[in-house]
Amino acid sequence: MLGFIIQRFLQAAMVMAVMSVIVFCGVYAIGNPIDIVIPPEATQDIREEAIRRLGLDRPLYEQYFIFISNLLQGDLGRSFVYNIPVLELIGGRLPATLELVLISVIAATILGVSLGIYAGYRPDSRISKTIMAVSVLGFSVPSFWVGLILILFFAVNLGWLPAGGRGETTEIWGVAWSFPTPNGLSHIVLPAVNLALFKLAMMIRLARAGTREIMLTDTIKFARAAGLSETAILRRHLLKLISIPIITIFGLELGSTLAFAVVTETIFSWPGVGKLIIDSIGVLDRPVMVAYLILVAFLFVTINFVVDLVFALIDPRIRHGVSK
Amino acid sequence: MTDPVLSVKNLSTQFFTRAGVVKAVDSVTFDLAKGEIMGLVGESGSGKTVTGFSLLGLVDAPGRIVEGSVKLNGTELTTLSQKDLRTRRGREISMIFQDPIATLNPMLTVGQQVRLAIDAHEKLSHRAADARATELLSQVGIPSASVRLRAYPHEFSGGMRQRVAIAIALLHRPSVIVADEPTTALDVSIQAQILFQMRDLAAETGTAMIWISHDLAVVSSLASKLAVMYAGRIVEQGPTATLLRDPRHPYTAGLIASLPATAKPGTPLTQIPGTTPSLLSLPPGCPFAPRCDRSTDRCEVKPQITLQESRGWRCFHPVEKNAEVLA
Ligand SMILES: Nc1ncnc2c1ncn2[C@@H]1O[C@H](COP(=O)(O)OP(=O)(O)OP(=O)(O)O)[C@@H](O)[C@H]1O
Ligand SMILES: [Mg+2]
Repeated sequence: MLGFIIQRFLQAAMVMAVMSVIVFCGVYAIGNPIDIVIPPEATQDIREEAIRRLGLDRPLYEQYFIFISNLLQGDLGRSFVYNIPVLELIGGRLPATLELVLISVIAATILGVSLGIYAGYRPDSRISKTIMAVSVLGFSVPSFWVGLILILFFAVNLGWLPAGGRGETTEIWGVAWSFPTPNGLSHIVLPAVNLALFKLAMMIRLARAGTREIMLTDTIKFARAAGLSETAILRRHLLKLISIPIITIFGLELGSTLAFAVVTETIFSWPGVGKLIIDSIGVLDRPVMVAYLILVAFLFVTINFVVDLVFALIDPRIRHGVSK
Repeated sequence: MTDPVLSVKNLSTQFFTRAGVVKAVDSVTFDLAKGEIMGLVGESGSGKTVTGFSLLGLVDAPGRIVEGSVKLNGTELTTLSQKDLRTRRGREISMIFQDPIATLNPMLTVGQQVRLAIDAHEKLSHRAADARATELLSQVGIPSASVRLRAYPHEFSGGMRQRVAIAIALLHRPSVIVADEPTTALDVSIQAQILFQMRDLAAETGTAMIWISHDLAVVSSLASKLAVMYAGRIVEQGPTATLLRDPRHPYTAGLIASLPATAKPGTPLTQIPGTTPSLLSLPPGCPFAPRCDRSTDRCEVKPQITLQESRGWRCFHPVEKNAEVLA
């Protein structure tokens, strides 16, 4: 088990190293930020001074190594635009995205897996057909449109829920969170629903397909032949067998939603990182872009690492290194 | 004569697929006495497994039992609710499958799986259940069973996994076990071991067995009685010795002729010409007729069972002497 963890850890470190090069070169290729940072009427001296101060006069590989050595000391640079440390800038926005995304992905998974198992277990019932019809809707209706409809209906017409913003927050471990306060929670509901719909549809499909397949296997037949109750079969056999693909998709969705919740954040004026990065791209705020992309890569790598660990915990074949 | 533990009459199971109705099991009739072992032989796709599933009420949609009766210890099973059926499965009748790798859940320990099967019918304390599981696993020949309870299926060899499955099937000493080719996936030496071990265990517990196989040689060493299945029907059944010595149905005769032991050394093995008909479009008469050198116009209607003492066959032109086959 320890060997497994070390191996995965080294893999993760390697991926991060490669990602940092790609991100750095990629962002460098997008354009020169200097024209945006410096007012057009600035003199040539001021211009050159700024270029030197930002380190933009050095060759790319030097810039990269400066960046990496700073990074390893926990310094991701300062925003060209806000002139505050990037880490502070992103760190201030991250909790908002984190709580929104976690709530929606977890809720979508729990609900989606339950509905999907039902639909897979009773494929011909009317409820199952309704569940599947709704899931098709979840796939095919564009997210921004759903967001607008949610606001129009629940915020404007009915006035039940706020249309945007984070509401009241409360500090836990020195970080501001919305979900513990009733007012904050009421602000999360609509954007979380908006974010969750697609994932819900996907989890329903995934769980249904898995359930249908597993229920036809000899494992289930044999359990039935031994007289196990359907409850025992679902709870002890099916749930375990279905968990691997569910956890995989859960991890992927968590990562990609954390990185790209921008549409929902924009519609609901949710002050998360998505909004920040869009603005930064607009003004070529290079340190923010680089830091953000590296952070996203880091999130993915971490989530993958955790997912692999969870696999090893629940699947003895993986834990014992048996190839399937 | 005592009442049979299992009495099957006119059992028919069909699958209602998009391509049409698959008559997988057609008018199957047989009795099984306490502790008796019956071999059910037939080619691939002849309906052996579906017959087994039908006995336990385990036919999946789009299939269902369309006709017939299955009486187990005097209770009619085909009209029972799924709930009542469940309480009998594992306790009065159980089944083991061909592929031991697919039957056990790879993510639960062997002990957990035995435990689930115990819990299905009995309330035992943790310790009592463990003791029971250990005892059972040693009985089927798993060394250091109490330690092995904590192991996962992938830590066992194929033969050992099948022993675990057998232990689970024997757990509640059922009256009947359906053994669906449980040794086919194993290598030959282990096959024989398991075969005879199961026979002894069944004899000990008084369990009757239906031993399914496509290999006549394997079953005839084990079963006191044979049923030969072709295209969903039992075309011939009777005591093993009688059937082997003196087959009546041309298909049975063909099977015996193609046994390696029957052939003269140096001569090629005889094979039955042709292939199994599709169960989707069976001829109205005898399904074997197209492959049979004895068939006539009469064979275009369905042959009924001809009974003679302890045996029966479905054929208008039965083979009369074994001399003909062995010649
Ligand atoms: N779920 C199903 N849907 C449609 N047809 C089925 C289904 N299950 C079985 N059948 C059909 O029933 C027939 C009998 O199958 P069965 O599995 O009982 O054969 P078998 O004698 O056990 O063969 P084998 O020796 O290969 O195991 C086959 O023709 C098969 O195509
Ligand atoms: Mg079969």
